[in-house]
Amino acid sequence: MSKTIEGLRYSEDHEWVKVEGGTALIGITDFAQSSLGDITYADLPEAGDEVEAGEEFGALESVKASSELLSPVSGKVTEVNADLENAPEKINEDPYGTWIIKVELSDPSQVESLMDAAAYEEFTNK
Amino acid sequence: MKYYDKLIFELSKEGRIGYSLRKNGWTASTDSIPAGLRRPVPAALPQVSEVDVVRHYTNLSQMNFGVDTGFYPLGSCTMKYNPKINEEIAGMKGFQSLHPLQPASTVQGALQVYYEMDKSLAELTGMAHFTFNPCAGAHGELTGLMIMRQYHLLRGDLKRTKVIVPDSAHGTNPASAAVCGLDVVVVKSNADGLVDVEDLKPLLGDDVAGIMMTNPNTLGLFEKEILEIAELVHGCGGLLYYDGANMNPLLGVARPGDMGFDILHLNLHKSFSTPHGGGGPGSGPVGVCEKLVPYLPVPRVVKTSAGSFAVIGRAGAGKSNAAKNAEGCSESAGEVSGFLGNFLVILRAYAYILMIGKQNVKLLGKLASLNANYVKEILKDSYKLPIPSVCKHEFVFDGLIDDGASKASDGKGATTLDVAKRLLDYGFHAPTIYFPLLFHQALMIEPTETESKETLDDFIDVMKKIAVEAAETPDLLKTAPHNTPISRPDEVRAARHTILKYQDEETNPN
Amino acid sequence: MANFAYFPHTDEDIRQMLERIGVSSLDDLYSDVPETVKHNGDYDLPDAMSEDEVREYFEKLDKKDEKLKVFVGQGAYDHYAPSVVPYITSRSEFLTAYTPYQAEISQGTLRYIFEYQSMICALTGMDVSNASMYDGPTAAAEAVKMAPACTKHKTRVLISETLLPNVIKVIETYAKYHGIELGYIPVMDGHTSPHHMRAELSKGDVAGVVVPSVNRYGIIEDLTGFAEAIHEEGGIFIEYCDPSALAVLRTPGEWGADIAVGDGQSLGIPLSFGGPYVGFMACKNGYVRKMPGRIVGETVDSEGRRCFCLTLQAREQHIRREKATSNICSNESLMALYVTVYLSIMGPQGMKEVNDQSYAASHYLHDELLKTGKFEEVFTQPFLKEFVLKPLIPVEKLQMKLLDGGFFAGLETEEGYVTFCATERRTKAEIDELVKLVKEA
Repeated sequence: MSKTIEGLRYSEDHEWVKVEGGTALIGITDFAQSSLGDITYADLPEAGDEVEAGEEFGALESVKASSELLSPVSGKVTEVNADLENAPEKINEDPYGTWIIKVELSDPSQVESLMDAAAYEEFTNK
Repeated sequence: MKYYDKLIFELSKEGRIGYSLRKNGWTASTDSIPAGLRRPVPAALPQVSEVDVVRHYTNLSQMNFGVDTGFYPLGSCTMKYNPKINEEIAGMKGFQSLHPLQPASTVQGALQVYYEMDKSLAELTGMAHFTFNPCAGAHGELTGLMIMRQYHLLRGDLKRTKVIVPDSAHGTNPASAAVCGLDVVVVKSNADGLVDVEDLKPLLGDDVAGIMMTNPNTLGLFEKEILEIAELVHGCGGLLYYDGANMNPLLGVARPGDMGFDILHLNLHKSFSTPHGGGGPGSGPVGVCEKLVPYLPVPRVVKTSAGSFAVIGRAGAGKSNAAKNAEGCSESAGEVSGFLGNFLVILRAYAYILMIGKQNVKLLGKLASLNANYVKEILKDSYKLPIPSVCKHEFVFDGLIDDGASKASDGKGATTLDVAKRLLDYGFHAPTIYFPLLFHQALMIEPTETESKETLDDFIDVMKKIAVEAAETPDLLKTAPHNTPISRPDEVRAARHTILKYQDEETNPN
Repeated sequence: MANFAYFPHTDEDIRQMLERIGVSSLDDLYSDVPETVKHNGDYDLPDAMSEDEVREYFEKLDKKDEKLKVFVGQGAYDHYAPSVVPYITSRSEFLTAYTPYQAEISQGTLRYIFEYQSMICALTGMDVSNASMYDGPTAAAEAVKMAPACTKHKTRVLISETLLPNVIKVIETYAKYHGIELGYIPVMDGHTSPHHMRAELSKGDVAGVVVPSVNRYGIIEDLTGFAEAIHEEGGIFIEYCDPSALAVLRTPGEWGADIAVGDGQSLGIPLSFGGPYVGFMACKNGYVRKMPGRIVGETVDSEGRRCFCLTLQAREQHIRREKATSNICSNESLMALYVTVYLSIMGPQGMKEVNDQSYAASHYLHDELLKTGKFEEVFTQPFLKEFVLKPLIPVEKLQMKLLDGGFFAGLETEEGYVTFCATERRTKAEIDELVKLVKEA
């Protein structure tokens, strides 16, 4: 059984969003990390890049798979998690404690349209 | 096979040499080249003796498994026996000494090989003419799609950018299409594992460049609706591309050209018995129907009216020969490789065709299908067979019937990967695994026609034994292989902490 | 029924197997193939031959080919291959294996590819090499395709007109269908014009620039300032090289190149009428994930022993399908073994000697040809083993005279020059004989 955390918002592409002020922290869910397996590399954007909701902002690689990261929200990347360059396995070890990028929200209402923990749990159980 | 843990660099000793070159008595040397154009220090190549080299690579070879070592049922790869006369012919010093740009008058024998291979392959496949320039199957696919695009482009039919690919296709099909600038549209398979004609119909239109099909497909099943599919695709103005990776079972039985295919590639390293060489060199000749002949890549070998052979469309032809060289090439899709393809591979394949001849070809494909069906029918009691129909040269299981989950220490049953690894312990190469993507535990077996009933019976016995082991002692499979030079490599570590070249630990502590 | 060396089935085998399958004839295995597409008649192929007849057949064909003393290069060089090279590469454990999918029984292939990658890095001065590609021209085309991916979707690639003609042509074909716009950097004094390159770069949107190390006139290009100019505009620098020459010449790494490509034929692979050869590709660390082709990496097995496996596979076509940057799904493995064994035998000292002798022989030839008065010098820049001259006599007459004497030399270029090349295999006696024929022409 994969975990979900109350208080986060979830996308259908298995990213989570945590809002802190006008900034969204984005990571991937426990469900996503466990289906991808041991993550070996994170291909990430640079601070200052613009991301669009639903658009690719990077990719995660495991030994036998490559999975695109789709942004759940739009805005400007303010920070990229530098730890992931040398230790992408942190995502496997602690998916909800490991944010991947921080985005300055251009449209905070986008967060409202994402699922809450209960809805996401139901979504992954389907 | 025994574990041997040396790299050639680790045998190196300053000042030791292993070469012997003619002493020509020259006094000039590259030291006269301006210093700014020279490298300041020699390349860090090993310094070893000849006997070091021979022993090292002989030891390496003994950690390798080839068709000559044992049964190699790798699905979709057609690992048939590689006849030794082929090697003898390809090893002839005369052929090996020809420069690719020698005047045609001095290479009439080599050019005749191209000409006769063209005729033979055209006859076997029902196509008009072939190019031999592509160096591998995937290269042939790309070349074939370039021909497809060139056909549409030169007709001014610019909006045809979609290529339809079945969901069971080899991964190279969509990749080749994307490299060629085409958009991939996937057509689904139906419950019988064949292209779903009803799903295909709405995809067809005036934006379709063509469809890529493998027939028999990657499940080893003949696409029996092929004539209807051909009519539909041609009806919308598209072309049919045949992925020849699975041509072997049709050799001597049926020809893609007669099914309506316009373009195809063959893998000479599959159906035509040339060795796989650890991953190449292969050869991926592309054949086309009559109307597409002008779009074939250059350079090309042609027969002149005088009855001799010539090469047209050579890159960089001399000034005085430029006009003649370009004649008949204006519509060509272009150059796809340096010269005329992998000549020595083509030679091997032609030697094979001459051995096969018109007599033996009639049995070739049929015996390949006989072997596959025989293995499938006996093993289907131990492994899940998702599609029960008669197959051609290969078939796909979807994992074990009893994976022993209840007896596993971690509660997870033995997977297809575990079966594959356990096979190595019994001296067989593993089948293709986790392909096609239609099944989660795909295990794809292709025995080829060169294996005897006894070899197949041995393999069947081992596969049954492994199925019993899986049900009773699944942990044994999950830690397999146990009798190979190394056990399972840590692939995660390899990808996370990449070491991609030798580093001298004393000078580069890294 | 079956009576052929490569089909082991006896009549009784076939009968028993059909019975076990539950069909009555081999044709029943094809009942799903429409009758209209079956080819029931005979194929128009030659009658099956015995081994002895096949050998005789090819010996006859081989006699129609003329064995010439090769004084032409243009991307295919007649260097000496030590006898260990064909000996090792014909071992069936290497020859009859396929791609090392099962690392546990493929350590031989994986180890030599790792060694090959290491040697290519040593020659080119780059960080990472892939496991090899089809040939030099296709490797160059793959590098051109890589450029937009390495530069966040810039779309133009500049290529030098001093590249070998077949390299330019193959790049053009790939670029045309893949949708990359090409720009051309013209020749100035037999050299890629830095001035024109800067002008092209300043037009913007340049993903990469391809320049040869030793060009089609045999001239060693001085690439001072190239890397800086290209990087300033945000593009990547791709260098096309003859790897044999890199044993003595300044490396792509030292010139500041981001990707080095070329053909490994000059490292122990016979001319073989053009193939099989092997393309190589090496790059800076930062571009490894955009690099096509297989890569072998070092790791340990479950007992902690050093071993090797295919790695970084998530880049490849069988995983990324239509999103892959290349459709390449194999390498030219056996040819990479030729290169690895060749370089092991030659070592740094042997490679220096190969280049020294080629240099000496070609310069002697160059000077002696000029003395005949039948040629004019075209360029005066330093060359290594290949050069062009302007003929003062009809080219056809010259070529015929040389051919009659058993020489393949004086190939004409697009500009009407003639090219010559001499490797360490060419002796002074051969050169003197060639020059004598030229004098008579």
